[in-house]
Amino acid sequence: MSIHSPAADWFKAPHGHEKVWIGLALVWCLIMSLMMPYWHFRGQQNSAGEAYAVTPEDFAARVDRFVEANTVQEGINPIVEPPPGGHAYLLARQYMWYPVLKLRAGETYTLHLSSADVQHGFSLQPINMNFQVMPGYDHVLTLKPKTKGVFPIVCNEFCGVGHHMMVGQVIVE
Amino acid sequence: MTPQSTNSIGLTGSPEPAVVLPQPGSSGIRRRICDTTGLPICLDAQLFIRINAVLAIVCLLIGGIGAILLALTRWQTIHLLRVDWFYRILTLHGLNMLIFWILFIEVAILYFVSTSLLKVQLFSRKVAWVSVIMMFVGAVMVNVTILVGKADVTMTSYLPLLAHPAFYLGIILVAVGTLIAVYNYFATIYVAKRDKTYEGSVPLVVFGATAAAIIAVVTLLHGAVVMVPTFLHSLGWIAQPDPMWYRLIWWGLGHQSQQVNVCAMVSVWYFLGTMTTGARPINEAVCRSAFVLYILFINLASAHHLLVDPGVGSTWKIWNTSYAMYLAVLASMIHGFTVPASVEVSMRAKGYTKGLFAWLTNAPWKNPGFSGFFLSLLIFGFIGGITGVTLGTQQINIIAHNTMRIPGHFHATVVGGTTLAFMGLIYYVVPLIFRRDYIFKPLARIQPYLFATGIMMLSLGMSFAGSMGVSRRSWDIDGAGSIYGPAAHLMLGVAGIGGILAFLGLLTFVLLTVGTVLFGRSNVGRKMDDWGTPKPLVAKVAAASEHQSTRGTMVLAIIFLISFAVYYFANWKALADVWPVR
Repeated sequence: MSIHSPAADWFKAPHGHEKVWIGLALVWCLIMSLMMPYWHFRGQQNSAGEAYAVTPEDFAARVDRFVEANTVQEGINPIVEPPPGGHAYLLARQYMWYPVLKLRAGETYTLHLSSADVQHGFSLQPINMNFQVMPGYDHVLTLKPKTKGVFPIVCNEFCGVGHHMMVGQVIVE
Repeated sequence: MTPQSTNSIGLTGSPEPAVVLPQPGSSGIRRRICDTTGLPICLDAQLFIRINAVLAIVCLLIGGIGAILLALTRWQTIHLLRVDWFYRILTLHGLNMLIFWILFIEVAILYFVSTSLLKVQLFSRKVAWVSVIMMFVGAVMVNVTILVGKADVTMTSYLPLLAHPAFYLGIILVAVGTLIAVYNYFATIYVAKRDKTYEGSVPLVVFGATAAAIIAVVTLLHGAVVMVPTFLHSLGWIAQPDPMWYRLIWWGLGHQSQQVNVCAMVSVWYFLGTMTTGARPINEAVCRSAFVLYILFINLASAHHLLVDPGVGSTWKIWNTSYAMYLAVLASMIHGFTVPASVEVSMRAKGYTKGLFAWLTNAPWKNPGFSGFFLSLLIFGFIGGITGVTLGTQQINIIAHNTMRIPGHFHATVVGGTTLAFMGLIYYVVPLIFRRDYIFKPLARIQPYLFATGIMMLSLGMSFAGSMGVSRRSWDIDGAGSIYGPAAHLMLGVAGIGGILAFLGLLTFVLLTVGTVLFGRSNVGRKMDDWGTPKPLVAKVAAASEHQSTRGTMVLAIIFLISFAVYYFANWKALADVWPVR
């Protein structure tokens, strides 16, 4: 009776169905915990969390240099095409993603994500890949686009009243 | 158990009236004998159980009103609230539901199980007063600050977003007030141990509640570590703490506090299993070991919020996702088996032996204590547990982080699981502690089903919308052009309808409970009205060996494991389809 003290000899090994279930559950937990290191070595999608300290001002300056060197179409939010295999910079700030990135399918890019103000969430749709964007941290992702199209970047970390309007773009050709 | 008269659920009844019983060594101890269970009820504890329960219900109602406004805003067709009020109500809803309702009711549960099950006085009235006043003042400060628009930061209040200092101070007061109540609980248990008010080991429910209290201490200390510097920063006294540091420590509060809920909820499952079907644990050692696993391993879940963050690497993420092995998950899977198994054994012993599931179909489904706890168990396990472990898998989190899959998960655990179980508990606590029988019982009997249906729809709607990429915590998903398809909108509609049903279930519960406390028929001097407990079919059952009599539960458990594996590997497949990233 769970609301009364148990009999003195309560410390017993499990038996029967209970024992079988504990064994099954244990094996399942082991399988799940092995899946993560397995995917780390064999899988294509990993979040390694590679990051470097950077001040928002320094990061903004890097983004400006990147935009200046690689812009293919001017505008309020310019379209910028990094060289295949090269570095791409994306600045999150209330309430926009700067600039628009133009990438080539099948090429690998080193994507730098950071924020000029508060926390933001990088959410590439409809692929549905999500990463945290932090001020003070240069979050480095090695990304290989494999589908062509125009992909919106939604901000999915609450960043203020204009949060829902913060949508950027990645163009893959 | 003493060989006194027992009622159908095996609880000892007592004809003694409520009196102030003298005890050796002390004069005029304020207690009465429960008319239903025969357990002594400490009148001090009774007062504070009542106060904390009332405050809990008030917070539940505030949070519930917030919930319906949010559900009707995220349902794009209705889109009720204005943008600033959406985030304001979101902040209000999160804090009232996840922190205030839960903490107030858990303090009530701690006072209830320690004093009544261990037959001991509450350690201190003064400490209890200090605790409840601090919590109350803190909760009022937080709610007022939010409603005047000075804390539009959502529940997590991630730096560099900054709220008014009163917001952080309020949270600190609630946390410290709760810690003081936990201290009162531990002191009460110490007194029981010292005065030998119980023999041998504490009852399982007390053991589980103690595990919850231990985790609560660790949790609330995290809260202090993160909230005190943030409070000082909001006053302009110190520099801004690092936002990644904030996330790391805040989730030691934010997620771990939900593990307190898990632990308390499982204790409530055992309690209600006993109260409604007379169930007793098959193996106390197994159940208790599983609670110990919670204490040792459950804080890992705080890492689940940092799985796509910068600054913490793969090794850190993999290790902290599982502590090498999911031993806290194992604990939940054990409880998920032992609780229904104990019900099955008890029901079979009463003669409900036919086939695999006669024990389940003949269970007291019209008893809201039973339906509340059993639906809680099913929703927590099949929806909350399976999604939670999957979303908390390091790499799978890439396709889940900050999408609506996350609230889809925790509405199944904290609302469909914890809140529903606590509702089931309150259907017993109000008659036992407020000493009034429920009004409109037929309505109370369907309330758990209404609430459970709503929460399941809400949870699944959110989860599927999230699978299509819909972001959580977003006022408008169409404001910047059409990003999501009609299927995602349909799912938000399902979540909206679920939200309406769940709100009606919640409102029914609050009205019934408040109505009962105010106008219910007094049950002083007699047993509480029986909600309905299964009657033995036979006088004396020839006991089959115990391990044979849990085969129905075993079948349910295997179905659970298969569902789990299918969902888990389907998510790996979905992950494999997205762009390569490292």
